Amino acid sequence: MKNITRFGLGLLLSSSVMAVQADDVKIGMITTLSGGGSHLGVDVRDGFMLAIEQSGRDDIEVLIQDDANRPDLARSLANEFMQRDDVDIMTGIIWSNLAMAVVPAVTRQGTFYLSPNAGPSDLAGRMCHENYFNVAYQNDNLHGAMGAYMRKEGFERPIIMAPNYPAGTDALAGFKHLYEGEVVDELYTQMGQTDYAAEIAQIRASDADSLFFFLPGGMGISFMKQWESSGVDIPIFGAAFSFDEILIKAVGSAAIGARNTSLWAYDLDNETNHQFVDSFREAYSRTPTLYAAQGFDTANLILSALDSVHPDDQDAFREALRAADFDSVRGEFRFGPNHHPIQDIYVREVVEGEDGQPTNRLIGVAVEDIQDVYYEQCQM
Amino acid sequence: MSVTLLIEQLLNGVQLGTMLFLMASGLTLVFGVMGLINLAHGSFYMVGAYATAAVTASTGSFLTGLAAGMAAAAVAGALVELIVIRRLYHRPHLDQVLATFALILIFSEGTRWIFGSSPLRLSPPSWLTGFVTLPGNTRYPIYRLVLIGVGIVIAIALYVLISRTRLGMRIRAGESDREMIGALGVNISKLYTVVFALGAGLAGLAGALVGALQSVQVGMGEPVLILAFVVIVIGGIGSIKGALLGALLVGVVDTLGRVYLPIFFRAFMPPSEASGVGAALAAMLIYILMAIILAFKPKGLFSAHD
Repeated sequence: MKNITRFGLGLLLSSSVMAVQADDVKIGMITTLSGGGSHLGVDVRDGFMLAIEQSGRDDIEVLIQDDANRPDLARSLANEFMQRDDVDIMTGIIWSNLAMAVVPAVTRQGTFYLSPNAGPSDLAGRMCHENYFNVAYQNDNLHGAMGAYMRKEGFERPIIMAPNYPAGTDALAGFKHLYEGEVVDELYTQMGQTDYAAEIAQIRASDADSLFFFLPGGMGISFMKQWESSGVDIPIFGAAFSFDEILIKAVGSAAIGARNTSLWAYDLDNETNHQFVDSFREAYSRTPTLYAAQGFDTANLILSALDSVHPDDQDAFREALRAADFDSVRGEFRFGPNHHPIQDIYVREVVEGEDGQPTNRLIGVAVEDIQDVYYEQCQM
Repeated sequence: MSVTLLIEQLLNGVQLGTMLFLMASGLTLVFGVMGLINLAHGSFYMVGAYATAAVTASTGSFLTGLAAGMAAAAVAGALVELIVIRRLYHRPHLDQVLATFALILIFSEGTRWIFGSSPLRLSPPSWLTGFVTLPGNTRYPIYRLVLIGVGIVIAIALYVLISRTRLGMRIRAGESDREMIGALGVNISKLYTVVFALGAGLAGLAGALVGALQSVQVGMGEPVLILAFVVIVIGGIGSIKGALLGALLVGVVDTLGRVYLPIFFRAFMPPSEASGVGAALAAMLIYILMAIILAFKPKGLFSAHD
């Protein structure tokens, strides 16, 4: 009897609490916190939460779940968020294949989704949606920008390499699209490959004057270490995915001299960025990666829209997001018609830092105001 | 398609093969002597690499790290045998697969818990970096040549151990008739622990040596484990000689396939398609090789249980 009373009282209390908090905003974050490549998810989460804390708002609740890099798990977590927790906004997914499994289902049911990393071409083109915003990049952007940069720098015989899976073939296609010239050869490696002796010998045997590669995560570490001891002496280029601050520290001196394209750099000179990098270092005792910057921007975009309107008013909230009226760590930031960024892509070079560890240094702009090529297929 | 490229790729294939042999020899001994399917063998590979990276970072000596890595993997192997594996010998293979799969998860998450999820840094010592110039003016990394050398030394040492020592005699006896050597008074449980630790130590050595070339990260052992299973199936389960030959065969076929299949397809296809098709077929090549060998020799090249 006593228990029942207590239970009833509990219900009464919780319903009154809920009534008080009806205007609160719930954000569901599904990201990769365990399994391969989990440092990406950790940085997105930390950057995102830093912005939420700095806003000082206590009416925002962020629910965080780990997808362990598994599409099926991500999908069921998304269903839980929508049905049980009734979240207003979702974000967090790192990998394109997981985004493809989750995002269309989320936006179709009227929940907003803001991507802090993955930018598959389908979501920018034929499957775009009014409730989907990409705050990071379209997958081709960084590869294409590197193609344009290498052309500009006068490299005439690049050899290009990527794993044989959709994002890998897209990367090489994106590169060739803006390189606008002949490449010496295209090498496709296996997904998860760890030994690159065969590829390095082929690169040596070709008469290439430069190498562009896309090998995310551990594949890039293995390749660069083996590259250093091979004695092949041509400059190497890639997208930031193989050269984030955490990966290049694992690679060591082999990464020195590599140039990579990124939408952001920690030494990018603007006031918002200085504050972000300083406060991130203070909070987490490490230098943020581009993923942390993307998480930070995503949270600040949401906060800027929440300043004027609650997500329950969907049309007004969508307009507020589209305006992108926030201070980005990237400096300029605006959305194209398909809700994907139009932004500058920068070039960084890996150098030896003051502590002797490799670090990225900003050396210039690869392409200004780059926009993806899929927006014309987008009907919203 | 020059001769020097072919020689360099053959060396690469042999180097991959010798490292696979270190993995496969332990796996095949454990399966041959104890009849145990051990999916957690890749975890010892990871333990060896992590211990080497950690000790090398704190002492600054790669050789000390290497010894520590091998010892850590062997100790981990002995503990796992005493605590878990010992209870599985009389259970069906499905139970063994389930239990050792659980061990993979425990080792992976435990390693992540201790070392974090970012890859660790491990590089060959400075006196092993650099390259030598081979005939035909091709440069080859010293470290890879050293790996081939270590593989050959281990192969010879294993041969001596198995064919010339009392322990080796017991291992051979265990392979051919497990019940009988128990009945003859050999302390079979001690023998099992020693064999298991030996296999784990070799896997740890392989992980440490290869980790310096690749990346030391959680889950690094599982892709190698799959290749090692292919090797022992091709070579014949339980046979060290088979593991050596199978490993070299898989290493060379895999490496040459990756290089020459795309070139072959380029003869009659546009380059970007040829690269894609060639790479896809190269990924399948060792499994095709395994299927062909098993079609003619269903028990592998050198079965210990004929």
